[in-house]
Formats: sequence, structure tokens, C-alpha cells
Amino acid sequence: MKVRNLVVNYGDLRAVSNISFDATAGCVTAVIGPNGAGKTTTMEVCSGVRTATSGEVSVLGLDPQRDRLKMNSRIGVMLQDGGVYPSARVGEVLGHYCTLFGNRIAALDLLVAVDLVAKQKSTWRKLSGGEKQRLSLALALASKPEVAFLDEPTSGVDIVGRDLIRQIVRDLANSGCAVILATHELDEAQRMADNVVMFNQGRLIANTSLKDLLGTNQSVSLRTTSKVDLLELGDHMNCRVEQHGTEVHLFAVSDANFIARLSAWFVQRNLVLDDLRVGTPQLEDIYRDLNNSAKENDE
Amino acid sequence: MNMFRSQLRQELVVMARNGEQLLLLIGIPILLLIFFSQVDVLPTQGLSAVAFLVPGILALAVISSAMVSLGIATGFERSYGVLRRLGTTPLGTPRLVFAKVVATCLVESAQLMLLVVAGLALGWRPVDVDWLIVLVAILLGTTCFAGIGLTLAGRLRAEVNLAAQNGLYLLLLLLGGIIVPNEELPPAARSFAGWLPSSALSEILRNSFSSRDLVFENLVVLVVWSLAMCSTAVLFFRWSD
Repeated sequence: MKVRNLVVNYGDLRAVSNISFDATAGCVTAVIGPNGAGKTTTMEVCSGVRTATSGEVSVLGLDPQRDRLKMNSRIGVMLQDGGVYPSARVGEVLGHYCTLFGNRIAALDLLVAVDLVAKQKSTWRKLSGGEKQRLSLALALASKPEVAFLDEPTSGVDIVGRDLIRQIVRDLANSGCAVILATHELDEAQRMADNVVMFNQGRLIANTSLKDLLGTNQSVSLRTTSKVDLLELGDHMNCRVEQHGTEVHLFAVSDANFIARLSAWFVQRNLVLDDLRVGTPQLEDIYRDLNNSAKENDE
Repeated sequence: MNMFRSQLRQELVVMARNGEQLLLLIGIPILLLIFFSQVDVLPTQGLSAVAFLVPGILALAVISSAMVSLGIATGFERSYGVLRRLGTTPLGTPRLVFAKVVATCLVESAQLMLLVVAGLALGWRPVDVDWLIVLVAILLGTTCFAGIGLTLAGRLRAEVNLAAQNGLYLLLLLLGGIIVPNEELPPAARSFAGWLPSSALSEILRNSFSSRDLVFENLVVLVVWSLAMCSTAVLFFRWSD
């Protein structure tokens, strides 16, 4: 899937501002950002549910508006809201969707995959939040999709359900499907994504592989109650330093020498040094940093 | 064809599961027919009570299935995101609309047959019926009321749509020549009621079932309403909120 210079306006409000990214087959591309960042709007435009104000979107070489029916038969879409009539029964609605997609997969196989066999006679309104999400995912899989758009698939799902959904998403990507997954849960994106597209206020602030993003943003964290001169520490360690309360983060690829120099700097100044941690940063921290950088650039 | 059949089945199943819809479609018209044909309280334009009531109740049945039932169901489908989700499948708008039309026609046919049987059981004996006019009027009425139902369903929030459809149903029941002849209404209401599609439909049916001549003006009113409301529905319907 290719998105080029996409712009979506709601009246005077610009929901998506000139974004471009690709999603490739066999990969999970996580579209992440806070609520209202433009993720769902972008997913809706790409899946043909909404029209763009300007820009180009190509899914499997097809235009989501012009070639909608052709595209629909090859994609799977999991909407954020259910999209199922409350009185519809699980087995019945899944059977209906399998028929709409030409019975490429048996409804029972999908029920087994999402662990809802025991609930096949239940109505949508009687399902728990997690069960609704799993049924919604199963409906998206009824097409045996080449491109899958999954909007907040693990939202409101318990731990067991999350494990199941993560496994299904991974299997889907391994089968060659391009999975585009929108979420505001960054921990979830970190567990599932190969590539990351970060949004804030309708703009793209990062578009890269998760590996690169985490690799170039390795950090050393420590806790101190002493007053630290961040500029001097940054100069000494030759890296970017930030402080959030008692937490100090140094953004650099660390080794034994780095840790020794850091410890020595604290010892020489008689500063408190607690809870020194080395490792891969959390996506949440990276998002916060990139977002702050974007704000600084704006200013 | 499989897609269409599957969607049609879904439409009928959802309709059948809604008890309140069945009450609206079957219960209320039959109750009105039985009650007012047995209780001599209505002016009946020189006809027997049942001969006056059956055509009006048939028009009411068209209103309830084509406007209220279709409109309320579609409004909730829109609000639940059912239409949006179907929009991501290969079903397509024409097949979806056709499935809804066929489902409505099937339910309406069953409803009309049931009411005709009930009317016959109550002593209704239509004479020299022009079945072609009856069929054309029912088709035009169905188109017109479906247009009104879908226009409201396509613009209003589900709960507001529910109230609006039921309110309109009640208004048409009282002012639309269904159980009270328009001539019996106060002058201001009478001229307003004369232009309502329900008045035109019930008048055409009443004349057809009692060997009276067709009033051409009624047919024109129904055609204009049908064209106007279908165009409005096409122009203003929104598939999602």
C-alpha cells in the first residue's frame, strides 16, 4: 500500500496533513499516535470508507474509491466500532461475511481461530468487549486478506485475548499479508510491529522500521536526587540528556566504557546515582521525544 | 447471487428478531381493523365500516413496512456501523439496496395478504376491483414511504430517527385519510391532509375496492411524492455518522 501526500479536512479542521508512507506485504505496519491524531481517518481513507481531500492512495495497485469493490474483495477491515447488529448471532454473522467473500474460508475455522466456537449461538449484544473484538477480527479475516486494516484490535481485550490476537496478527503477516494496525497503545505496537508510522495532530513524526527506531534510540537511565548539570553531563558523555523528575535519560549506544565514564562523573561530583539501567527504550519514550522535537521545530 | 441471497436472509432475520417491529407491522394494523370495524364510531363515507377501513389499513401497512420498519432498522444499522462495515465488503450499494427492497416487498406482501384475509373474515366484500391500479398505487406508495423512511434514517441520529418515524406514523394515521376521512377534519387540517401521500394512497385504494372512479389528482400527488422522496433519499442519505 502506498500513501502519498494525503490530506483530509473535516470542514475547517485539518485531520491529516500531507502524509506519505508505505505498508509492505509480510509486515505489520503500526500506525500509532494519541487519540485524535489522525490514525483512524487515515485507515478509513486507505480502506475506502472515507474520501481524501487530496493526495493519492494505492492499495494492491487499486484506487480505494474508484476500484472499491475490486479492492474490497482482497482486503480485510476491522473497524474501531463493532459494525454488527446487536441481535445478530456470532455464527450467523460470520457465515454471512464468509459468503460475501465467496467462502474462501469456513466460518467454523474462523470461530476456532478466534476461540469463539462456544459463543457461536450468542448474540453480539451478549458478548464481552474482548469477544466482540475477536469476532470483529474474524470478520476482517473472512476475505483471507492480502491487506488487512486493523483499528485498535486489542483495545479492551484481556491478557489471554491479547496473546491470541497478537498471534493471529503475526500469522497473518507471515502468510504474506500487509497488516496495517492502528493503535494508541504503544506497548502493543512495540510487541507486534515491524514498521512504525507515528502520528501527532495529523502529521507524520516518524516513518521507519521498529528495529531502527529502537536501535537509534538506545538509552541509559538512572535515578538521582542530586541536582545534575545536564549540559555538562551531555558534553562529557557526548550524547543527548533529558531529565524527567528524578529520572535522567542519556540517549546513546552504551558499552562498559560508557557506563564506567558515567559512574566516574557522578562519583567525582559526589552526586547520588541510583537504579542505573541500560537497554532498549520503550516506544512510549521515543514517541514523547519525537513529539517534543516536532514541537520545538514548529516553534 | 449468493451475496444477494445471504444479505436478503440477514435482512429478514434481523426484521423477524425485532419484536417491536412485528407489533408495528402486524399487531397495530390488525387491531385497528378489528376494533374500528366492530365499534361504530367512525364516519365511513357511505360505506360499511369494514369496506371503509380495509383500504386505509392497507395503506397504513405500506407506511409501516416501507417507511417505519425500513427507516428505523436502517437508522440503527447506520448508527451501529453495520452499513460502514458492509461497505468494506464486495457486496456493493446496489446489491445492498436491492436486498432491502426485496425484503421490504416480501414483508409487505405477507402483511397485506394477512390484512386482506382479516378483512374478508370481518365481512369485507370488494367489488369490481381494478387490480392494476391497486398494484401501481401500492408500488408508488412503497417507493414514496421508503424514500421518506430512508431520508430520515440517513440524516438523523438513530434515537431521533426512531422518534421521528413513529411520530410521523401517528400523524399520517390520524391526518392521512387512514381511519378518519379527510372531509371530517377541521378546514385547515383538511387542505393540508389532502396533499399527504397517505391520503392519496388510501383514497386510490378505497375507490378501487368500491368500484368508484380513480381520482387522477390522487395519482399525480402520489407520483410527485414518490419522485421527490426518492430523490431526497439518494441526495441526502449518509451511510455513516
